[in-house]
Amino acid sequence: MTSVATPFFFYFLAITAIVSAIAVITRRNPVHAALSLIVTLLALAGFYLMLYAPFVAAVQIVLYAGGIMVLFLFVIMLVNLEQNIREYQFNKQWIVATIAALALGGLLAFVYRTGRGVFPSAFYQSYRGLEGDNTQQIGVWLYGQYMLPFEIASLLLLVAIVGAVVMAKKRI
Amino acid sequence: MTEITTMHYLVVAAALFIIGTIGVLTRRNVVIILMSIELILNAVNLNLVAFSRLWGLHGQVFAIFVITDAAAEAAVGLGIIIAFFRNKETVNVDEVDLLKW
Repeated sequence: MTSVATPFFFYFLAITAIVSAIAVITRRNPVHAALSLIVTLLALAGFYLMLYAPFVAAVQIVLYAGGIMVLFLFVIMLVNLEQNIREYQFNKQWIVATIAALALGGLLAFVYRTGRGVFPSAFYQSYRGLEGDNTQQIGVWLYGQYMLPFEIASLLLLVAIVGAVVMAKKRI
Repeated sequence: MTEITTMHYLVVAAALFIIGTIGVLTRRNVVIILMSIELILNAVNLNLVAFSRLWGLHGQVFAIFVITDAAAEAAVGLGIIIAFFRNKETVNVDEVDLLKW
C-alpha cells in the first residue's frame, strides 16, 4: 500500500503540533500560549482521524478545544496581569530542567530502540476492521465492559465541580 | 514515500511529552504550567489511540477517560489559581512560598 496523502498529512500535522507546542511554552503572553495550545489540540484531532478514531477526535475538538480551552481563556482574562508579561518568564532552575528533559528523551529513545526487537507489532501497519461503527462500539464498551470506570469518572467529575466551586468562592 | 507506522506516532507523542515536561519545569506562570500538563496528557492520549489501532478499542476508551480526568483537573486547578490570585495578587509559582520553611 503506497499512499502519498497519508505521509503528507502525517508530517504536516506533526510539524503543526510540535511547533505550536513549542510556542505554548515559549510565548510571553498567556493568551497567545492558549491559542497555540488550541492549534496543537486540533492537530491531534487530525491524528485521531488518521488513526480511525473519529469519536475520540470529535470529543477532542468539542471537549478540549471547545470546553477546557474556554475555561483556560476565561481564567487568563480573570487573572490577567499587565506587569506579569513584563517580568522574566522562566525560573532559575532551567539548567536542571534541561538535564531532566534530556534524560527523559534519552530514556524514551532507549525504550523505543530496545522495543523494536521485543515488540515488533508496533512497527508494521495492521488494520483490524476498526473502520466501521466506531462510535457505536465505543458506546457498547463504555456501558458494558467499562461500566465501573465510567461511573467512577462521573463521580470524579462531581467531586471536581464541587471542588472548583469551593476553591473559587470568596467565603464558604 | 515511507509508510507511516505506529512508531511515527509514538515519536511525535514523545516529543510532545518532553516539550510539556520542559514547560512544567521552567515556566513561572502557573496558567502556562497547567497548559503544559494538558500537553503531557495529550501526548499520552496520542499513544493510547495509536496503539488502539493494533489492539482494539481499549485505547480509545481509555483516551476518553483521560480527557475526562483532564477536564476535572483543569477545573480544580483553575479554581486554585483564582483563589491563589485573590490572596497573593500574583500567578508566579516561585512566589508561592507560604509553606516553605
